[in-house]
Amino acid sequence: MNFDFSPDQKALRDQARKFLAEHASSVRVRRILDTDEPYDRDLWRGVAEMGWTGTAIPEAYGGAGFGHLELCVIAEELGRSVAPIPFSSTIYLAAEALLLAGSETQKRKWLPRIAGGEVVGCLALAEGPGAPAPTAVKTRVAGGRISGEKAPVADGDVADVAVVAARGEGGGVSLFLVDLGGPGVSRTVMPTVDPTRSHGRLTFDGAPAELLGPAGEGAALLERVLDRAAVLVAFEQVGGAQAALDMAREYAMGRFAFGRPIASFQAIKHKLVDMYVGVELARSNTYYAAWALSTDAPELPVAAAAARVSATEAYFHAAKENIQTHGGMGFTWEFDCHLHYRRAKLTGLGLGSVRRWKDLLITRLEARAS
Amino acid sequence: MDFSDTPEEAGFRNEARAFLERHAEPKRGAFETWQSRYPDREGLERAKDFQRKRAEAGLAGLHWPKAYGGREASAIFQVILAQEEARYLVPRGYFEIGLGMCMPTLFAYATEEQRRRYAPAALRGDEVWCQLFSEPGAGSDLAGLRTRAVRDGDAWVINGQKIWTSGAHWADHAILVTRSDPKAPKHKGLTFFFLSMKSPGIETRRIKQISGQSHFNEVYLTDVRIPDSQRLGGVGQGWGVAITTLMNERLTSGELRGPDFEELFSLARSVELEDGPAIANAAVRERLADYYVRTQGVRWSRFRTMTALSRGDTPGPENAIGKLVNAAKAQDIASFAMDLLDMGGVVTDKDFAPMRAAFQESLLSSPGSRIAAGTDEILKNIIAERVLGLPQDIRVDREAPFDQLPASRR
Repeated sequence: MNFDFSPDQKALRDQARKFLAEHASSVRVRRILDTDEPYDRDLWRGVAEMGWTGTAIPEAYGGAGFGHLELCVIAEELGRSVAPIPFSSTIYLAAEALLLAGSETQKRKWLPRIAGGEVVGCLALAEGPGAPAPTAVKTRVAGGRISGEKAPVADGDVADVAVVAARGEGGGVSLFLVDLGGPGVSRTVMPTVDPTRSHGRLTFDGAPAELLGPAGEGAALLERVLDRAAVLVAFEQVGGAQAALDMAREYAMGRFAFGRPIASFQAIKHKLVDMYVGVELARSNTYYAAWALSTDAPELPVAAAAARVSATEAYFHAAKENIQTHGGMGFTWEFDCHLHYRRAKLTGLGLGSVRRWKDLLITRLEARAS
Repeated sequence: MDFSDTPEEAGFRNEARAFLERHAEPKRGAFETWQSRYPDREGLERAKDFQRKRAEAGLAGLHWPKAYGGREASAIFQVILAQEEARYLVPRGYFEIGLGMCMPTLFAYATEEQRRRYAPAALRGDEVWCQLFSEPGAGSDLAGLRTRAVRDGDAWVINGQKIWTSGAHWADHAILVTRSDPKAPKHKGLTFFFLSMKSPGIETRRIKQISGQSHFNEVYLTDVRIPDSQRLGGVGQGWGVAITTLMNERLTSGELRGPDFEELFSLARSVELEDGPAIANAAVRERLADYYVRTQGVRWSRFRTMTALSRGDTPGPENAIGKLVNAAKAQDIASFAMDLLDMGGVVTDKDFAPMRAAFQESLLSSPGSRIAAGTDEILKNIIAERVLGLPQDIRVDREAPFDQLPASRR
């Protein structure tokens, strides 16, 4: 029995933590929060130099050729530091979609540049408020040209390439690759609850689009891409939840009221334990999902959905109770509590709401049972 | 990450399997227990017989010192044995307290002669032990106990009442913590003993629980005499000894039995609501998902613990999470399952209620799981202080003489 990361993977985690403590400190995160800069370009360059962008990309396509377990370790640290970079859009979504369904030409064109940090990618799915079910997709592709509007798209305002869900000539939903530097693409920045992660509106007006994966099978392919991303984002969420718990603990130990540290009151102790229990259960669910992802096990769909639900709820719970533990100071712009509160809600919606993932989880358990 | 056994673990698993195939009967239903198949006396005699075979096969007292018949095996082997035993009807509730809590306390504090007298008999199931700790006025606050021990020459005279004593009605021996000095501060006036449950002056009464079952007893001690040679630890040092006993409880507390996610899921697939099968109802699906991720979270947490044990680590206070989460979940699942049965949910007739009324039984047994072996609130304090390193609550009872502390509303 070895349900843990290896010593090498733990060394990578320590290295990542040390690097991010310096290069993604809250001062650096706030530079993105407080300005119009869409993301931290220096950090993005640094992360690429560390080789993280190519972690799970095979050597044949310019990556480091490690596995997904190494990527999970890095994701946890990125989440802990609330890193303001387009890592999840580029690596968990665009690169994973290319690896799953890209043609040899597509992989050769994009993956080496993604691994090298030269290209930012994104996944364009939603078309306004409400659940982005396949029936809600109105964006169309005809004669290799795409038209329609996608909003919001995480990192859509800065990405070089987009994986877009659109209706093909057969009427079914497919995935398409769109070079966002090409003609027929216009975009605007969309403000969100978490300004440390940039979002945009993508408007396509006859932009060249090439099929990614088989025609008409976009919904199934999308499900596989989102499952893989859900595991990686769950690690970011666990890292963020742990950081929020650590902040709350540290503050409660140092804040004195009624003549004693507030950490000595059971109301606060039990609140912190509830946060801790949530984080630990989420951590265990994400470890299992990491195993399923790294071995491409048939359990992946169920494991990914469970990790998604567990980590989303643990992070939001830890983030909101961290503010509560801080009292009034937690509600100020000056304290860092809101960085996690914002990121928790953002990560909880970015791959689809937890309400929808719970439903999906039960659908998958039903399929497994019958 | 990999879920397979080490060669040594696999060898032990095969050994356990071979033993169980030869000597144990498979369970007839998921929730069948030794006690539900065999009535009182017969259950005890059969359990002793099974325990003797277990000891002869080297599958008892795995973590005990070799000198007393153990294997000095790391905790992972106990987990493997429990996994293999899960499919079989094996006796539970007879020997765990003796082997897991009483004997380790004797190993730490008794004389060599005493250890050699009691350990083999306990290991073979010839003698059963119980633990006289809790009192009507001392539960979560165990150190508030009032059973008096008064020195009389070479012996002590004990008077008082204990409660929640599992197995006292069939136990041969007991460990006992008493107050020997009411003038000393609470934790400093306690003294610890072991004694025969056949001693004159001991009266045992069974407690009827809200589930209708009787797992526990009240034990009345009236002028019970214990030789001073059966004192464990120094006079006034009983709290330290009690802590040794309780540290071993974590190794002993087993998994909860009763309907869990799988049973609720299967019920939801079969029962009809106003708008079709329960499993198709959005509110039901959301609740099922909540219970599933908690169930799996505990399950995979246990695998993380096993990994640590497999490396030879000792189980830590973080393991309190499993019981904390599972006990509350069992109660919620029982109540929610009955809601799905609507008006019919109230019925406890095993031929009427689905799954032979397992959910209705769980409704009435699960409150006890949230209290026994550490209430939810005490477990949260343990996690807060020992895992998160938060300060203890301010205490008003630490320094004052015990007999000056308020004990009831004035």
